[in-house]
Parts: sequence; C-alpha cells; structure tokens
Amino acid sequence: MIKTASDIRSSFPILRREVNGKPLVYFDNAASSQKPIQVINAIDNYYRNHHANIHRGVHALSQEATMMYEDARLAVAEFINAESASEIIFTRGATEGINLVAQTLGRQILNEGDEILVTFMEHHSNLVPWQMIAQEKGAVIKAVEVTEDGQLDQESFKNLLSKRTKIFAVGHVSNTLGTINPVKEMAHAAHQVGAYVVIDGAQSTPHLKVDVQNIDADFYAASGHKMYGPTGIGFLYGKKNLLNTIPPYHGGGEMISRVSIEKSTYAELPFKFEGGTPNMAGAIGLHAAIDFIRETDIQHISDVEERLENKLTNALKNIEGIRLIGTAPEKAGVVSFLVDGVSAYDVGVILDQLGIAVRTGHHCTEPLMDRYGIRGTIRASFAVYNTEEEVEIMVNALNRALKMLS
Amino acid sequence: MGEPMKTMEEIQKEIVEDFSFFEEWMDKYEEIIEFGKSLKGLPEELKTEENLVRGCQSNVWVVSEMNNGLLHFEADSDAIITKGIVGLLLRIFSGQRPIDIATEELYALDEIGLQAHLSPNRANGLNAMVNKIKLMALAHRAKEEAEG
Ligand SMILES: Cc1ncc(COP(=O)(O)O)c(C=O)c1O
Repeated sequence: MIKTASDIRSSFPILRREVNGKPLVYFDNAASSQKPIQVINAIDNYYRNHHANIHRGVHALSQEATMMYEDARLAVAEFINAESASEIIFTRGATEGINLVAQTLGRQILNEGDEILVTFMEHHSNLVPWQMIAQEKGAVIKAVEVTEDGQLDQESFKNLLSKRTKIFAVGHVSNTLGTINPVKEMAHAAHQVGAYVVIDGAQSTPHLKVDVQNIDADFYAASGHKMYGPTGIGFLYGKKNLLNTIPPYHGGGEMISRVSIEKSTYAELPFKFEGGTPNMAGAIGLHAAIDFIRETDIQHISDVEERLENKLTNALKNIEGIRLIGTAPEKAGVVSFLVDGVSAYDVGVILDQLGIAVRTGHHCTEPLMDRYGIRGTIRASFAVYNTEEEVEIMVNALNRALKMLS
Repeated sequence: MGEPMKTMEEIQKEIVEDFSFFEEWMDKYEEIIEFGKSLKGLPEELKTEENLVRGCQSNVWVVSEMNNGLLHFEADSDAIITKGIVGLLLRIFSGQRPIDIATEELYALDEIGLQAHLSPNRANGLNAMVNKIKLMALAHRAKEEAEG
C-alpha cells in the first residue's frame, strides 16, 4: 500500500508547528530528520510497558526488553542486508561507530608509515578519528581529490591506492554535496591492495537501499537520528570474521563472558562491543523508524526527494548570482549553494525569520570548503515529508532575503 | 582627558527607543542591514587573525585606539547582519572611558529582541565580541594605571 503525501506528513507531529509565526518548513534533514509518531509511540510504549535492564534478568520485563532490543538488531541487519544480526553493533551514532573501528581495527593493524586513505569530502566524523589513531601509530592520512562538480576523482583514488593503504574510509553520500559515491567499485579496488573498507553511511541510510554485502563493506556506520529514528542510537556493521578478530572497545558489564580480578574473557558477538547498559529505548525507536522507512518504501522516499532537489536546483538556476556547490549526476536529497557577495549566514537568518530551517556554514566538512575556496554554503536537505509547495516557499523567501541583503 | 559625548546608558536607551518603532521583525532587520551597509568597516590589512573574534559562522574583526583618554573601536564582518549588530555595539562602547566600558552592563540588544532572533552559535559570537571589547578596555585601563 502506497502512502499518500498527506498520510506521510501527518505522521510527523512537529510539522504542524509554527516558527516565528510562519508554518515550519524543515529543510535541515541532513543534520537530523524529524520523527514520525510511530517512533515516538514506540519509545513511549517501551518505557510505559516493557522497560527493565536487558540480557541478565530472568523476570518477565527483562525478557521482554531483551527481546525488543534484539528484534531491533535483527531489523537493522535486514535493513542493510547483513548476513546475521550478530554483525550489528549498536552505537550512539556514526561518529561512535567510526571511532570504534579506528580504535580497534586501527590500533590492531596500523604501523608506522602505513596509510589511511580518506577523501576531501569526508565529514569531520570520518576524518578526525583517523587522524587520532594515525598520530598514535605514526600512520599517514591521504585524501582522494574531489572534482569541480563534487565527485570523487577516480584518477586521484587510483593514484593514492597502494600496498601501503591499510584502511580506506569513505562516505557513501556526502552531507554537504549530496553526491552518492560509487562505494562498491571503490571498495573492490581498495580490497585489491589489501585495505579494509570503512563506510560512513550517515547520509545514505535515510535515502537509499543499502546492501552491505553487495558493496562488500568491511564496516558500515550510521546514525538513527538522520533516518527518522531517535538521537543517541546508531549502528555499526562489521563482517563477522573481522569483528571476531579485532579487540573490544569499551570494557564493562555486558561485554564479558567470565571475569576474574586478573583477566576477563570477552563475550560473543555483538555483545563484545556493547559494554554497559545500552540504549534500549533508542534501539526500539530505531526499529520503528526502519519499519516506517520500509512501509513508506525507500524507492518512494528517494523519488520524492529527487523531485524536490530538481525543483529547487532549477529554481536556483534562475536567480542571479547563485553558485551551486555539488552538481554530480548522482545525488541524494541535498542542494548546497552560495550567492555572490552575500554571506550564507545572513541568508540563513532571514530564512529562519520566515519559518524556513536550512543549514549554513561548513557542515563539518572544512577540507571540502577549502577545496572550493569557500567558507560555507547554504544547504537545503530533504526528507520524504517535504513538499513542492515548501520548495516554492523557500524560493520566494530566498528572493526576499536577497532583495533585503543586496 | 576627553569626555564621552553621551553615557553608554543614554545610548542604550536611545537604541531601545529607535527600535521600539518597528513592530515587524522584517523592519528591524531592514534597519540592521541598512546600518550594517552604512558602516565603513575595516581596510583589508586590519582583517588579521589577531583582530579576529571567533564566532562560529561569520568573521568579525575589531580594532581599538586610545585617543585623549577615550577608547575608540572600529569593526567589520563578512556578514551584513552581523556587521549591523556589531555597529550597534560600537555605537554603545566606542568613544568611552576604558573603565566604564569594562563595567557597563549591556541590555539594549536583549531589549530590542535581537538576542532571541540570533541563532545560539551566533549569540555566542556576539558574546565573544562583547567580551573582546571589554578585555581590550581592561588592557588599556591596566596600561593607563601602569603609566600613572
Ligand atoms: C556524512 C556524515 N558522517 C557522519 C556524521 C556524524 O553523525 P553523528 O553526529 O550522528 O554521529 C554526519 C552527521 O552530520 C554526517 O553527515
């Protein structure tokens, strides 16, 4: 059953509110999406009816909570087509997932002079964790160039890939440009030189069907809050044999099988990586978000977003002095731009006054800003609940802002 | 020793009064923007790292100069709204005695409803700007005392 646009919109309570006396137009979805009532209800229901600590209680509530939490893991595994649920580790988000890999795999395999290959379009979350472990291990960071239209430069990639490359860390979709990167082909090439492939899926999971086995990713990290789920929950996928061989991350309860004062033996996957009481409510909310995406249909989501992206892009082309940043042929729901002689910040302030939430600034991708010789952009990013009418409202508001500012 | 033309208190009152005529936010912003555009700003050579106030989203530069016991400021920003707001700050603080600048309580921006309209990271930038002005005043004050 296909949901109508108004079915979808009415699932999001926050979309009914006003901002500065105007109906909210929320175009900051790449930073964080809003939450459907199904997700809000799932969390509410969990706390009202099922909460207890998991995995250790024999009593009914503990078993219910455990079951719901583990069901959520299964839902994530199916969502990204992992081979098994034990390959899914719940984290706080993509950032934690990437740090986990850097501090475990990185610590285990990196030696002095080894190279970690990243790209110039990475979010700081897929750069800084690598810098940290590189510094500790004497490894070197290299970065794939970005072409003028915002694609990964495949020549540069080939040139940088070598026997020294131990880890290739790349975003599936750029949060600033919207570019969908050819991660499957790049993973294949990286595997040929023996590198591990770590993919930042923070911006892909809300928009595209992700199949980690098809991509042949070694690790894949994402955040719940960008895909209609709650904050404070995300997941890291890792191939089972790798998760089995890398050391644990956080020591604590839940992640051990036997502890004496001298030493501990670690628990099986995935618990080995989930020290401490996890975010059960978050995982259960994420499960509801995945159900929402499945019922809405990811293809439908990306069709809606593509239509909005095209509509805004075409409208911007008619405004004098607009410079689009990121015009790759394959994009997912992001339009980034600048206006000659006008600061992005000023535009953001005026749009906010008109009820429109966009993001201005460097979007945590400073190396990419340096690549384009700019300080920031104005970014509109879409979700399935956005409408063409909202795009029209934004274009009118933008014209008004530019009239005031120029 | 020079005398300020007006006290900071008087100027803050004036600003609040000027803005009380605007009912629509749009008019307030028009005013700020026009004010920002009318400020002459700083020559490129003064837009240095040293003179930069680190706000999150837009650059603000501020320089000061002592003249006859009064501390004068000039500033610039690459965002016009920021520049306008900074201009209001300078209208209050520039041309005053360092000791007064350091102790004056700023309330005018709050009162005209600008604080509320500025995003949190911008508000931090504004705070940083006010802090920098006050620190410059304190530094000059300390220098004055040392020189007796
Ligand atoms: C591409 C990309 N990677 C990583 C992150 C970090 O996600 P989180 O802050 O949820 O850990 C973001 C979020 O802005 C992102 O856009």
